[in-house]
This record gives sequence, C-alpha cells and structure tokens, in this order.
Amino acid sequence: MRDRLLRLSGLEPFVLTKDIPFVNVGERTNVTGSARFRKLITNRDYAAALDVARDQVENGAQIIDINMDEGLIDSKQAMVDFLNLVAAEPDIARVPIMIDSSKWEVIEAGLKCVQGKPIVNSISLKEGEEAFLHHAGLCLAYGAAVVVMAFDEEGQADSFERKTEICARAYRILTEQVGFPPEDIIFDPNVFAVATGIEEHDNYGVDFIEATKWIRQNLPYCHISGGVSNLSFSFRGNEPVREAMHAVFLYHAIKVGMDMGIVNAGQLAVYDQIDPDLREACEDVVLNRKPKNGASATENMLEIAERFKGGAREEKKRDLAWREWPVAKRLEHALVNGITEFVEEDTEAARQEADKPLEVIEGPLMAGMNVVGDLFGAGKMFLPQVVKSARVMKQAVAVLLPYMEEEKRKSGGGGGRDTAGTVLMATVKGDVHDIGKNIVGVVLACNNYEIVDLGVMVPPQKILEEAKAHNVDVIGLSGLITPSLDEMVHLASEMQREGFDIPLLIGGATTSKVHTAVKISPQYTRNQAIYVTDASRAVGVVSLLLSATQRQPYIDGIRAEYTEVAEAHERAEAAKQRLPLAAARANAMQIDWTDYSVPAPRFTGTKVIEDWDLAEIARYIDWTPFFHTWELRGTYPRILEHEKYGEAARSLFADAQSMLQRIIGEKWFGPRAAVGFWPANRAGDDDIRLFTGADRSEELATLHTLRQQTSKRQGRPNVAMADFVAPEGTDDWIGAFVVTAGPEEIAIAEKFEKAGDDYGAIMVKALADRYAEAMAEMLHQRVRRDYWGYATDESFAPHELVGEPYRGIRPAPGYPAQPDHTEKTTLFRLLDAEATTGVTLTESMAMWPGSSVSGIYIGHPEAFYFGVAKVERDQVADYAQRKGMELAEAERWLTPILNYRPDATAAVAAE
Amino acid sequence: MISFGLPPTETFAALQRAARERILILDGAMGTMIQTLNMTEEDFTANGHIHGPGCRHHATDHPQKGNNDLLVLTQPDAVEEIQLQFALAGADILETNTFSSTTIAQADYGLEGAVHDLNVAAARVARRAGDRATAKDGKPRWVAGAVGPTNRTASISPDVNDPGYRAVTFDDLRVAYGQQIDGLIEGGSDLILIETIFDTLNAKAAIFAAFESFAKVGRRLPIMISGTITDASGRTLSGQTPTAFWHSVRHSRPFTVGLNCALGADAMRPHLAELAGVAETMTCAYPNAGLPNAFGQYDETPEDTAGKVEVFAKEGLVNVVGGCCGTTPDHIRAIAEHVAAYAPRKLDETVDA
Repeated sequence: MRDRLLRLSGLEPFVLTKDIPFVNVGERTNVTGSARFRKLITNRDYAAALDVARDQVENGAQIIDINMDEGLIDSKQAMVDFLNLVAAEPDIARVPIMIDSSKWEVIEAGLKCVQGKPIVNSISLKEGEEAFLHHAGLCLAYGAAVVVMAFDEEGQADSFERKTEICARAYRILTEQVGFPPEDIIFDPNVFAVATGIEEHDNYGVDFIEATKWIRQNLPYCHISGGVSNLSFSFRGNEPVREAMHAVFLYHAIKVGMDMGIVNAGQLAVYDQIDPDLREACEDVVLNRKPKNGASATENMLEIAERFKGGAREEKKRDLAWREWPVAKRLEHALVNGITEFVEEDTEAARQEADKPLEVIEGPLMAGMNVVGDLFGAGKMFLPQVVKSARVMKQAVAVLLPYMEEEKRKSGGGGGRDTAGTVLMATVKGDVHDIGKNIVGVVLACNNYEIVDLGVMVPPQKILEEAKAHNVDVIGLSGLITPSLDEMVHLASEMQREGFDIPLLIGGATTSKVHTAVKISPQYTRNQAIYVTDASRAVGVVSLLLSATQRQPYIDGIRAEYTEVAEAHERAEAAKQRLPLAAARANAMQIDWTDYSVPAPRFTGTKVIEDWDLAEIARYIDWTPFFHTWELRGTYPRILEHEKYGEAARSLFADAQSMLQRIIGEKWFGPRAAVGFWPANRAGDDDIRLFTGADRSEELATLHTLRQQTSKRQGRPNVAMADFVAPEGTDDWIGAFVVTAGPEEIAIAEKFEKAGDDYGAIMVKALADRYAEAMAEMLHQRVRRDYWGYATDESFAPHELVGEPYRGIRPAPGYPAQPDHTEKTTLFRLLDAEATTGVTLTESMAMWPGSSVSGIYIGHPEAFYFGVAKVERDQVADYAQRKGMELAEAERWLTPILNYRPDATAAVAAE
Repeated sequence: MISFGLPPTETFAALQRAARERILILDGAMGTMIQTLNMTEEDFTANGHIHGPGCRHHATDHPQKGNNDLLVLTQPDAVEEIQLQFALAGADILETNTFSSTTIAQADYGLEGAVHDLNVAAARVARRAGDRATAKDGKPRWVAGAVGPTNRTASISPDVNDPGYRAVTFDDLRVAYGQQIDGLIEGGSDLILIETIFDTLNAKAAIFAAFESFAKVGRRLPIMISGTITDASGRTLSGQTPTAFWHSVRHSRPFTVGLNCALGADAMRPHLAELAGVAETMTCAYPNAGLPNAFGQYDETPEDTAGKVEVFAKEGLVNVVGGCCGTTPDHIRAIAEHVAAYAPRKLDETVDA
C-alpha cells in the first residue's frame, strides 16, 4: 500500500508529502477575514477579487480558502459565481480550493463547481451524528477532503479532553461508518485567544498543542489545521506582538504535528529572530508557563507588548554583523537592503580581488541584483525597495567606471558587458510626465537591461532614430495626458512604415489595454504593441519578449487577447445608446436659480500669489497617490499598517518625510500661482461667458463645455459644466487658477541622477507633484474662505479636505468633466499664466513644468465632478463651430471620447 | 447515498482476479465500425418506426442518420454482430453502444424520451454478444456500460466574453447520467465505464450519479474511468494534468483509471506513464488507430496499432488495453496477440509523486 497522503488538485496536483512541514492556506479570498475582499465581493467587483486570488497564488499559497459568508450578499450565489470565474483563470485554478462556509448549502453549491479535489471547511458534530454522516457522505461522493471542527452537540471543545474526545469520535464515525479515507481528514481543534486576563483561557494554547500531539499519535494519517490569528485576539492593533505570538505558537504546534493553517504568511515573525524577551513572554503565555520573575504570564505579556508596540521594527538596532561577511555577500546584503553607506569601500575591495573591474559587475553585483529581482518577482520586495537597490548598484558601478575606461583605453576598446537586452524609454512628444517611465527604467536596469532613456517630450522621429542607432530590442512609450494616446498611435504607424520589427510597450496613466488593443496594436502588425499595467510587470513582459522560446507564444497570446478585447469593446460600444445632442440638452441639469445668491469675489481680474510657505503646503498633501506612484496600492494612513506593504510603506514614508524637511529647510521649490475671478453667466446651452466688469456688458472670454450624451435613467440629467453656472439675470462668477511647484525640481532631480541616486530623483519628482496638488487644495480653501468668500466660516482641517466635503468644484481641462485640453489656452490667456507663473503649454497642451495644476472654480453647492464620457458627431460639430475650430481639429483633440470613427465615411467610400 | 459500504458485485472480484493474471482486452470502436455499414436514414429509423415493432418513440422532426446509439433499438442485430466479432477477436470486456445515450446528448436528435430504453437495450445487446462468444470458446465476457462525456462542459464557459457562464450544471449532468446508469444496470451491465473525459467536473457528476444508482440497486459495480488528452500540452481540455485528474476522480475507487481516444498510442504514452506512476489502482488504455486522415479515416493497420500498444505492456504501464476510434476486430485481435506475452502492471510498483 502506498503512503496514505493527502492528495488534492486544482489544474495541478498537490500532495502533502512528509517534506512539507506546514501548508499555508491563503486567506485573503475570505470575506470574513479580509475587509478588502468583502468590499470587492459586495460591490461585485469580481475582476479585482480575482486579482486578490491570483496574487495569493503568485505569492506562494498552496491552497486558497474561499469564503463568502457575509450577511449582505447571497453567499451561495457568490460562491458559485466566483468559483466559476476562478475556473476560467488557469493561473489561479492551478491550486486546490478550500470551500469555506458555515452553511452546508453554500459548501454543496461550491462542490458542484470545482473539477479538482478540494477541501471542505468545515463539517462537525455540532448538529448531531445524523447531519454529520450526511455531510461526510456527500463530501466523499463529491470527492473532497474535509476539515472537521472539534465541535459537538455540547458546543465547541476548549479543553484537551474535549478536543481529543470529539476528534476521536468523529474519526471513528468517518473511517468506520462512512468509509472516509483517514488521510483526507483534517481536524481543527480550535485555536482560542490566550492572555485575555481570564484565567480559564490561560491554558488554551497548551490544550491545542497537546491535543494536536494526541490526535497525530492516536488517529493515524489525519492532519491538523487551525486559524492562528485567533490566538492573539487580545493584542489587536499591536502587530509586532501578534506576529511574535503566532510564530511561537506555530513553532510548538508544528513540532507536534500541526501541518496546515490559515495564516497570513506576510505577517509572521521568524521564531529565531524574535527579541529574546518578547519570545520568552510569548512562550510563557502560549505554553502557560510561570514566568521567571514570578509575575503572571499575561501581565508580563501586556507589559512587554507596550514596549514592542509599533515602531519597534523601525527602531531596530543597527546590526553590523554583516560587515564581517565575505565581500560578495556584503554587496548582496547592501543591494537587497538598499544600504549605500559601505558600497564604495566594498566595491573597491571587490575590485582589488578581481582580475578585471567588469568581473565585479558581472559577478557579485549582478548576483545581488538577481536576488533582488527574484524577491521582487516573488512579491517579497516592493518597488521603493527595488529602486533603492538600484541606487546601490549605480553607486557601485560609478566606482568601477574609471577603472573600466582606463582598461578600455589600454586594450583599445571592447570590453562592454553582456546585458539582457536594450530598451528605449521615452515620454512622447507634447508630454512632460516621467515619474512612471523613470521607475520602469530603473526596475529594468536592475534586471540587467540596458536602458536608453530619451527623457520627455521626445518627437517620434528622434525615437525611431535612436532606436536604430542603439539597435534596441524594445521601445517603451509613456504618457499621462490624453493627446499622448494619439502620439503613441502615430509612433506605432511610423514603426510599421519604417519596417521596425521589435515590440512596442505602452504605459502611463491614460493608456489602457483597450486603447492599446483597439487603436495602437492594429497600426503595428510587423511586431506587437503591448500594454503594461505597471512597473512591476515590466520585467516579466520584457523577459518574455526577449526569450527565444517564449516570445512567439507570448505574442500570439497577446494578439489573441487584443483581438478579443477589441471585439468586446466594439460590441459594448455598439450596445451603448447615445442621445442626440438636442435630447441631451433637453435633459440638462435644472438648478433652481430663482433665489440663488452668491457673494461677489473680493476682486475681479488676476492676482499672483508668491507668499507660499513650503511647510504650510506640506500639511495639505494627500499621501495616498504618493504611495500609488510607488505601486504601493492602499489608502494613507492605513497603508502604513498594511499586512503586506506596511513595512515598505513606512520606510518609504520616512524617506519622504526626511526629504520633505530638506525641501522646506533648504527651500528647494519656488511655488507660484495665479488666480482670477470674473463675472460670468451661462451662454446658450453649453457655454460660459465671462465679462470684464460687474455690469456684464463687455465680453472677456467664453469657456466651452461638453455635455454627457449617454442615455440616462429616469431622473438623471445629462450634465455639462455650464449647467452649474447661473443664466443671465442672476449674478454668478467663475474663477480660474494655475499653480506650480516650480521648475526647480528638474534640476534637483538631475543632480540626484548624476550622483547615481535614481531613488532620490524619483522621490523629488513625486514630492513636487504632491506639492502642486497640495497647493491646488490649499488655494481652493483660501478661495472659498477669502478670495471668493462664499464659505468664510469653513473650518475643515487639511487632512479632511481629501474627501472634498466642501462647497464648489475646481475641474481641470483635460479631465473627465471637460476632456478638451485646448480650454487651457483660454485659461492661460485669462490669467496671463505664462508670465505670472512661468508655466507653459506644450503642443499637446501638457503643462511644463510637470508639477503644475490648473482649473476653473465653480461655486454652486450642487456642482459636482462628473465624466462627460463618449460624445457623438452632432455635438462635436456643434462644439467645433462654437469654438471656431475646424471639425477635424476638434475631433483630433477629442479622439479619446469620440463615440464614432471620424474617418468612417471615408472608409465606407473606399470599400 | 454512501455506496462504499455496499457489497461489491461478484464480477468485481472475478475481474480483479483475471486482471491480476493477465492483461485484459477491451473491445474496439463501435462508431467507426457502424460507418462502414453505410446505413441510410431508413436504416437508422427502421423505416420510420424508430423503435421497431411496438414502438413507443415516435419519429421526430430530426433526421436520425448518425445517431449510432439508436441502432440498439432499430438495428440490434447489426450492433450485436459487431460486438460478437470483437469478442471473438479476443475482447474480454464489451462496451455498450451508449456513448451518447443521455438526455443531454440525445437532445440533438429529439430523443430525450428514449434514453432509458436505449441504455437497457444496449446492455442487453452487448450481453447477448458476450454470451454467444462465451458459448463458443468458454471464456467469460463482461459488459461495460459506456458513459460518454455529453456535448457540454460543466467547468468551461462556451462564451468567451462571459467566463462565469455555464451551459450545463453539475446537477443537470448528475440527473442525466443517473438515468443512463440506471438503464445500463437494468440491462445487465457488469461495469460502468465513464469515458473520453475532457472535463473532469462532468466525470465527477457521472461518478456521483453512479453512486446514487448503486444505492438504488443495493450493489456496487466496478467503475472504469478514462480521460482523454487531446493536445500537446499534456492536459485535459479543462486544463488538468494527468495526476491532477487522478486526484479528482480517485474517490470513485475505480477498478481502472486510464486514457482513451485522442491522438493515438504514441502521443498517449507519456501521459499514461504519468498516470501509471501515481494511480494506486489498475490502469487501462485504449487509443485511436492513430490520427484521422483528411477524409476522417484512420490509417493505422492492426499491426501498427498493436505494435504501439505492445510498448505499453512491455513498459508495465497497463492492466487493460483496447482500441478507440478506427480500431476494428482485426486491430483488437492483433493487440491481444501482441500483449499476451507480457505480465500486467503490478500495483505495488507505483511510487509517490
């Protein structure tokens, strides 16, 4: 007879062999355990929910637990829907599923959806033997292993005696009456909280561990599992202590046979690395020992817990033991931990040991970077840490460069190093945004790709010339504003025309898979345009593209996917009903203006503001987007305690804070702003007319707005921004502003780059960006309280402004409420912004310097941010006429929101 | 409900005894044999009397030509003759002509109502063929009630834009398979053969249905499980590796697990080897006679196929062998001759993955 091992399967088999001491069951797809997953499921955001499942598998979960027990949703339906969707994702369905519910009907519905061999979590004797027999028999017939809770008619087992008695009884029934294979039984003897201050709870840890030992010795072939986080329930909020308790508990439980558990692997301290005092206190409570100092274990634990609460990890004492290691290990340590302090001396030491300086790069430095790459790929390091590693690498290379050049001179050229490939990176013509592009460049460079970075506002011809000159393997394009999308389409067609045959990567805030599939990919059929979601994906994509064996299957897969995406998009668009412009106007938002009155702003015309206090602006920074820039997705401040990203986020935040101190102290930025107000009224249906004076006789300018043309539900208006402005006869005003953190960031970032510090360069740009946004927020508050003064008593604190609780909006041209970037020209003219702030507009209407924000102010309390979404030809024709623009030009600027193909008639004629 | 407590039928022990002594032979393809008879619509419907004399099933609007399973009612002698030829060629196990005899598969022909009769009759026809062969040569023959995959998949969406959609559910399949298996048992099948499995969830529904049917009659028939691997990735259509597939169906405690159909014996060998390495039960393989040519015909001669199947035996991978699409009585005879010299695979030779 073969060993009786637990054998499960998804698309691939899983066998719990003796070599596997402990199976970690992924718990993030559990609505009772993960607030995020619960939210995604209640919102039916299944795509994001699948990403959660995928991340778990990618991060090494061998089994994933799926639980939909949430009062507000139809758990059974959600289980079925989600499992069916999981079945369609081979990278998730690879692993076995644990179908988790307290309701049998949910479990049974789940069992009918999985082709692999799953685990049912759980059944028990809670409702008596009859129900237990019934459920167990069904599990057998569906082909599932089971988790059996130590629970019977009397309740949940808490003592050693009860746990062992119930498990033995269940085992007997299962193996003798049901014929259940003992290797398919997993007992959960109930992990309960210890150190609660209630004496009866003190022995819970011991009871579990002892019961585990007894069960494994007396009930052959079965397994033991448990939900470990319960143990430390009374230390909620004190993560370092909880992690230590879990690690200590598992250390002892695994030793006696616990071989499975629902544990957050990212939140587990390493037993050997726990502070000895803390570990001793944990052992005392887990093992219910009398502490050496004679006090109670719980009291000791509470006291010591205070000491380790938060911060404990940041204040880790500097451990310099690694300085004793061999030089190659020291370099690896410095790279993985991003430590620049010793890199020059270590590199020099390595150089002296090596025959040639190049060997240091190709030997220890690349080896260290490979470790970084692997950890990043495995989700164990995060973007900010990788960028820090790159900084160490650059500084090491800088030490070697003079020697390498010397060598080259002596040997007469040659001696270049082998790279994994060359990637050209550029922000397209008319666009100035480059933080994301720089991050991608750094991450690729870390993985031994050579980067040719052409910077920002790069004309297509230059991109193509440089690509040829450097014989690059891949071109990567970045862009943030919508006109950049067209630049990318244009570049793709130029690549096709010039006979290029290398992949084209597309990235940046406004780019998308749909746009790439529908607009870019068809232009470039000689090779393939590929949308890359974020920097962390870039390495995987580029390595696939440059692999001789994987390239073709990968490209074929992308092609097939894009064809599907394009077709699905076509169908979805065709299905959406748009209203004729006249009908949309008839359904405009009706604000009752009869008794409306708003104070006149304190001045008419423009005012330049130069008295900015850098420290004051910093208080208005919304940090959440800052973390997003670094691909740490979460909301500030909760991200600092995030189970997975928390540590990386805290470290990044600390670095940001220290740079912020220098920005303020050394006055790195020169913020400037212009703000203006003018009497204004709605003109016609969709425009806003501005007047020079209070008598509203002399027209100054017209702001044009676009109206939603989607078919709305009953009672929902088709909004245009003009609807928020009072018609003639009621006094109303419009404001406008441009703020900038100043052009100084560019020189500062360059200085960092020159010093081999990409981390600093990206950091200063990311902070300048935050400064501009914070200035916009701060200025808006000043406008409401003072300059326009319609909310003089408003008293929100800076951090409360993030949720936009205040009256009025500040929409920006180029954003969803007014997708037309060219309205910025009117705005800039009104404010004479180039002269007053130094901010200029590129040919694509991007603002230079990049850390700038502009917009208009609307004061009505019912004004809100909305998206115009797609528009029809009738509106574009009308809009072009109102603006005095050629139709074709209007169509060009509005390309991303056209609900029709401007060339459609021409195409029909050609066919 | 729980059928493992049920007594196994006597044939279970007899089969296992026989399979320990020698490699057992399963018959060849029914479908491709029927094609050679060039039957007409009238043949298929017995001149419009779908059921022959005493008909209960009225002709439907659907043409029946190609509904091979119907022949057990309309041309039972022709089917019996083919099965007799297979039996005399050396087959120990005869498959019933019921690959598509479920309400789900018969819906294409409008004959959902005939499903019970189709299965009962098919088992009886095979039984008769087996008994006639036994009368001639004295060797026992077993009837395997064949359960096909149906034409729907329970774990794959047919709509690429709606991956969560399912054209058939586990319960739809369970009910349909249950009807079929009840009929197969009633007609006298000795085993249940769940075959050509391309979606393991369909097979799990069939296993569940078999348990329910066994509970009804109070005995547990031996089950044979046979998957099919149709592409070079070495996975089932629903994406499982051979080992994962085995883990998914292992709870049926089958008499055999194995592979059939697909790309022929050569392509089957590595997947069969994987299965034979992990399965702690007997194994079974019945490949096609190679790949069909442009005209849908199978070109491998009896010697070709038998030579390849012999490799399975030589390497100790199999306990039961036979043929699928394109194999004739001559193929089965050649296979039986080629494997006769080899011992069946030993169960204790498996190693843990």
